[in-house]
Amino acid sequence: MKKRSRFILSILAFGYAFLYIPLASVIFYSFNDSRLATVWGGFSTRWYGELLRNDQVLESAFLSLRIAFTVATLATIFGTMAGMALSRFGRFRGRTLFSGMITSPMVMPEVITGLSLLLLFVSLQQLIGWPAQRGFGTITIAHTTFAMAYVAVIVQSRLSAMDESLEEAAMDLGGRPLRVVFDITLPLIAPAMIAGWLLAFTLSLDDLVIASFVSGPGASTLPMLIFSKVKLGVTPDINALATLIILFVSTGVLIAWWVSRRAQRQSG
Amino acid sequence: MSTVTALRSDKLWQQFAVAIPYLWLLIFFLAPFAIILKISLADPIIAQPPFTPFVDDDGGISATADNYKFLLTDKLYAVTYLKSVFMAAVATLFCLALGFPMAYGIARAGESTRNLLLLLIILPFWISFLLRVYAWMGLLNNYGVINNVLMWLQLIDKPIGFMYTDFAIYIGLVYSYLPFMVLPLYATLERMDLDLVEAAQDLGAHPSQAFWDVTWPLARPGVIAGCLLVFIPAMGEYVIPYLLGGPESLLIGRVLFDEFFVNRDWPLASAVAIVLLLLLVVPIVFLQRSQARDAEGAA
Repeated sequence: MKKRSRFILSILAFGYAFLYIPLASVIFYSFNDSRLATVWGGFSTRWYGELLRNDQVLESAFLSLRIAFTVATLATIFGTMAGMALSRFGRFRGRTLFSGMITSPMVMPEVITGLSLLLLFVSLQQLIGWPAQRGFGTITIAHTTFAMAYVAVIVQSRLSAMDESLEEAAMDLGGRPLRVVFDITLPLIAPAMIAGWLLAFTLSLDDLVIASFVSGPGASTLPMLIFSKVKLGVTPDINALATLIILFVSTGVLIAWWVSRRAQRQSG
Repeated sequence: MSTVTALRSDKLWQQFAVAIPYLWLLIFFLAPFAIILKISLADPIIAQPPFTPFVDDDGGISATADNYKFLLTDKLYAVTYLKSVFMAAVATLFCLALGFPMAYGIARAGESTRNLLLLLIILPFWISFLLRVYAWMGLLNNYGVINNVLMWLQLIDKPIGFMYTDFAIYIGLVYSYLPFMVLPLYATLERMDLDLVEAAQDLGAHPSQAFWDVTWPLARPGVIAGCLLVFIPAMGEYVIPYLLGGPESLLIGRVLFDEFFVNRDWPLASAVAIVLLLLLVVPIVFLQRSQARDAEGAA
């Protein structure tokens, strides 16, 4: 028994080292003065300065954030509707197809989703002249399609874990279904909706492959810009950018964890 | 507002709540597949868009199976598909070999440690996928961290060419998809009754026998979900083989991408996508079934 737990402990240590050493090395080398990304040339923060003066980076970051914000909001609205439909509306016509279509985008390889949506946009443009150009709009539509799936699943599992008695009680007391939705159901699933919004935001911000397919000339998201630079090899300014993203995300996740733990302690 | 119209408006709301996401998915998820299928039956031409129309000028339907014939007879494609299946499967096994003991260790840790360990598994998932693959470029290249450390320790005297090999792709795949393996495994292992294993051992089972006869069968739903969650995206992976793999390590996701963007052969790229989808239909349906069962089980 002892021997076995030592085995588990060493695998755990190895696993976490495997997950975090690459990130630590990127952070370390982002403070490297040398232009050669992996030769240590002394401590410096010059790459951060260059990054903030790089208009291309700032422009694509702004585009990515705008898309991610729109996608997260749309995906939360549609995904919540879909999640409620699946767990509260009982049987309706076409439910099987609906639930299949909701979960499929999550498991579809990105190259297929990207290619199929681009071909749709090209065909639509030929038929009805829309979308006239590809960029913000088409990327937003593409991301919303797979992000709403994640929101729907989160909302659905929250709704099925929650018993319906509160909603039923409200209806028995004469509350109309639509009011019950807004006064009872939505406040109860708000944490799931927030989690879904954040997940959709991150997924959109992170996506390279689908955006590369459905974007047009002139519209380049942050991952697309990073990819075009990274193709040529390791560069110090990307190390700096990666460090900023890693620190930003880690802080956010740690704060969320801390807040939810405190909330749990207070309620429990 | 009278009760009748109120009820009607509520019914309307329900229909509205179903119809909006339903229509969205019909247009932006289902219709594109019909279009891909249609274009995969066309011939490539130099025009905008670069394929022959489905309905030709005389009103007849023009469809050809040439792209599929080409895919099936051309050796390059058969080899690429097989290699993609093989590499995705090997990467899945490595994820399982590393992920299972990790999930087991997390599930058996004390409660506050467990939450922290879980958080550390989820955290990389929120950090850009592209940047995590990029991080390995800095570790693996000839002047990278690993070679520097090995040379400093005088274990080697010239750098090992890790980059642009299948080995680098495996590292990238296992690194990127490990959390997808650990999380479902953790979910089943955490629910498992530890007394069962102890009972088996009390009754004289060797620890390894107790593992294979008790733990493993109970963990199977998590194993299946985890393996599918790794295997399916790994099959279509584009970024990892592009950044870490060499010119020979052609995986199908990269071939599709290049066929479309470099060769501009839209019909062939569509056919490649359809065949990839056919290969993945069985695992995808399996995954959806197991997730649906899970969702019902949680209720």
